[in-house]
Amino acid sequence: MQSDGQRVDALPDGAPSGPQEGKWQKPRISRKSLMKCCLVKWIISNTAPQGPADSSDGELELSMVRHQPEGLEELQAQTQFTRKELQSLYRGFKNECPSGLVDEETFKTIYSQFFPQGDATTYAHFLFNAFDVDRNGSIRFEDFVIGLSVLLRGSVTEKLRWAFNLYDINKDGYITKEEMLAIMKSIYDMMGRYTSPSVKEDAPFEHVEKFFQKMDRNRDGVVTIEEFIETCQKDESIMSSMQLFENVI
Amino acid sequence: MAAGVATWLPFARAAAVGWLPLAKKTMPKPPVDKKSRSDEILIVNVSGLRFQTWKNTLDRYPDTLLGSSEKEFFYNEDTQEYFFDRDPEMFRHILNFYRTGKLHYPRQECIQAFDEELAFYGIVPDIIGDCCMEEYRDRKKENQERLAEDTEAEMATDVPLPPNSTPRERLWRAFENPHTSTMALVFYYVTGFFIAVSVIANVVETVPCRPPKGSVKDLPCGEKYSVAFFCMDTACVLIFTFEYLMRLFAAPSRCKFMRSVMSVIDVVAIMPYYIGLVMPENEDVSGAFVTLRVFRVFRIFKFSRHSQGLRILGYTLKSCASELGFLLFSLTMAIIIFATVMFYAEKGTKGTNFTSIPASFWYTIVTMTTLGYGDMVPNTIAGKIFGSICSLSGVLVIALPVPVIVSNFSRIYHQNQRADKMRAQQVRGRGASSALALFTHLSLICKCGFFSPQDHDSDSAALCLKNRSSFEHQHHHLLHCLEKTTNHEFTDELTYSEMCMTESVGYRTSRSTSLSSQQVVSSSCCPRRAKRRAIRLANSTVSVSRGSVQELDTLQVLKSSAVPQSRSSLNARTEDLKLNCEQRDYTAAIISIPTPPANTPDESLPPSPAVPGILRNSRSISSFTHETVKISSL
Repeated sequence: MQSDGQRVDALPDGAPSGPQEGKWQKPRISRKSLMKCCLVKWIISNTAPQGPADSSDGELELSMVRHQPEGLEELQAQTQFTRKELQSLYRGFKNECPSGLVDEETFKTIYSQFFPQGDATTYAHFLFNAFDVDRNGSIRFEDFVIGLSVLLRGSVTEKLRWAFNLYDINKDGYITKEEMLAIMKSIYDMMGRYTSPSVKEDAPFEHVEKFFQKMDRNRDGVVTIEEFIETCQKDESIMSSMQLFENVI
Repeated sequence: MAAGVATWLPFARAAAVGWLPLAKKTMPKPPVDKKSRSDEILIVNVSGLRFQTWKNTLDRYPDTLLGSSEKEFFYNEDTQEYFFDRDPEMFRHILNFYRTGKLHYPRQECIQAFDEELAFYGIVPDIIGDCCMEEYRDRKKENQERLAEDTEAEMATDVPLPPNSTPRERLWRAFENPHTSTMALVFYYVTGFFIAVSVIANVVETVPCRPPKGSVKDLPCGEKYSVAFFCMDTACVLIFTFEYLMRLFAAPSRCKFMRSVMSVIDVVAIMPYYIGLVMPENEDVSGAFVTLRVFRVFRIFKFSRHSQGLRILGYTLKSCASELGFLLFSLTMAIIIFATVMFYAEKGTKGTNFTSIPASFWYTIVTMTTLGYGDMVPNTIAGKIFGSICSLSGVLVIALPVPVIVSNFSRIYHQNQRADKMRAQQVRGRGASSALALFTHLSLICKCGFFSPQDHDSDSAALCLKNRSSFEHQHHHLLHCLEKTTNHEFTDELTYSEMCMTESVGYRTSRSTSLSSQQVVSSSCCPRRAKRRAIRLANSTVSVSRGSVQELDTLQVLKSSAVPQSRSSLNARTEDLKLNCEQRDYTAAIISIPTPPANTPDESLPPSPAVPGILRNSRSISSFTHETVKISSL
């Protein structure tokens, strides 16, 4: 039974097909008009087998699609984690996301749980983009573990590069003031309302100004990756704090 | 989606690397992890059934028995496993909770047994998943009702009077529980007899007796033997009055007694007699007097003190009030509709009975209840058609609420049967059960009191260093890092509002910081702000931008339901404990304007130059004007 209601059928009663302009035609019950009826369409769509193209609902798609990660050996090669660590990470990941993928909403919810006082959704959005390297809207286990590997086991340069990637929202290689401001605002949002001292309106802006004063060597209004890495490497406090999170896993 | 907070914490901490280049202050040292991090498989032996699980799985919920060091008490060195002498079937559900993060209530298990297991393993029942929560609540309520009933029944009957009770109390007890003393029983039966006599007399009064000599017309017995009936009536009323006054005297709370249904019935039963005595023998008022005599029939309701079934019926009707109301309402609607239709259908017929719509009401009611007296019948075809529809629909409408009422009645009736049975058994085993109950209560309190230090604020200072799990340490460290990045600190709502109050002062004394719970109340200070920011929740699930709806979509987060919130608070009780146990000093006040809601650019769009425009506005804001900033969409 054709579900394509747009096809022009040869109607048995020879009624004119297609709507006629101007004069109101008495509605005739023909196969074509029946096909256009939304009730019929709904019945057909419910009884026909569901293909992957049918479901327009993104969430439905996500739950039907299952992702299996690459093998352990490949991941071991791509990351700095040991086999046991990868196993442990995957077990935790799979437990939380049985489908093997994390979409942005889930990610935001998870991340917001750690910052109950503020609004972490904006920052989570940026973080999601930083992890989702192929920008397909979901984080797979490989993205997750590669990102973690850089953060926890990478060299200082790699970490700085990752941070730069995080700040560079449109991934064009330059951090503009607007991008930095957005990032900064999202960080301040995570603090929430009840802080001491209270967060001023222009606190993010001031912070951005300070950051640019420090990082932007040639005063061209953008920070490139080289400027960023160079400045950070000269800053003792930043360099020393880079070792902080190595024991997280 | 089971958001296991503990699983994602390492990830969140790793992501904090992103803050490092921006930090205003130096980052705090991470907590030292004393335990070895490698995961191992633990064996948990519950009454012979061996369960195996990863250690990390159990560590997810550190303030339960299995997640904390408390399980070490149960460690058996010889067999290298944790042994619990508890129900293995129940343990399956407990362990599934650790694995999936959702606690399910097994329907076939007894609710009390389940509660006890939960209490033993230190799991709060509030985290039962939505799928099973309703069933759990229903069963729990049912159980509690049953227990309450049992205790009530226990207290009410056969309890020996305290030795120093006043005659008044004794009298009241005699009235309420007639089988406690012989006198009460005698009185009970006497009143019952007189109620019956009175009712029968009322009935027989109206029966036509043989007319006296010399008259043809049949006379009702009441008028023939009027003296006899009057004497009988007087005697009954005297007895009822005496009873009522005695009850009134003995009642512990007179006002409450006077308002109760039974006393109202008593009053209504005896009033007509006295009014009849007082009223003169006047033709004008005799009509009203006759009406009053109708109320004598209410004496029959006095039987409800004697019959439990009657009381149950009354209670059922009361509890089904809503169904009855619905029945009445739908019937009224249907009656009006059909009466109107029938009236207009039969209007044309000559000499019809359907003279008006209210007259048609009678026909409709008789037809809908399928009585069909036949005193009013439709003659036209249309009338007959509508009449048949009327009778069919009547059956339906009446049949619908009836099963509900019936099931209610049967439930209440069975409960009462149970209560009677319990009373019979209670006499034997009362002592043992109460002692047992006391013991279990005490043990539960001990458990809860000892192992939930989070509830005791006064002890938190002492316990905060000792009882925090590594998870909490790490979470604190993460939040610390955020504080250092922005050079602001978390406070709770109270201190924040205090700060608002003392803005003008400009000096702060030492104040400790603490992360408050996630309750949100719009603070009284900064009211204009508060109103506009009423949407901003402390556990902000929605961030509202003044800009486009599209941004709203991207920023909308699924409202974290009560379940993940409470679960994460089960772990991360950071919000309740103080952030660090030392005091902080602030010497400068900063005049505050809270940050405006965040504004996110879309992935693909570069940030527009409108953003700096916002900041130009904000810089001109003075401290107390609290103007909101118009944020244009990006």
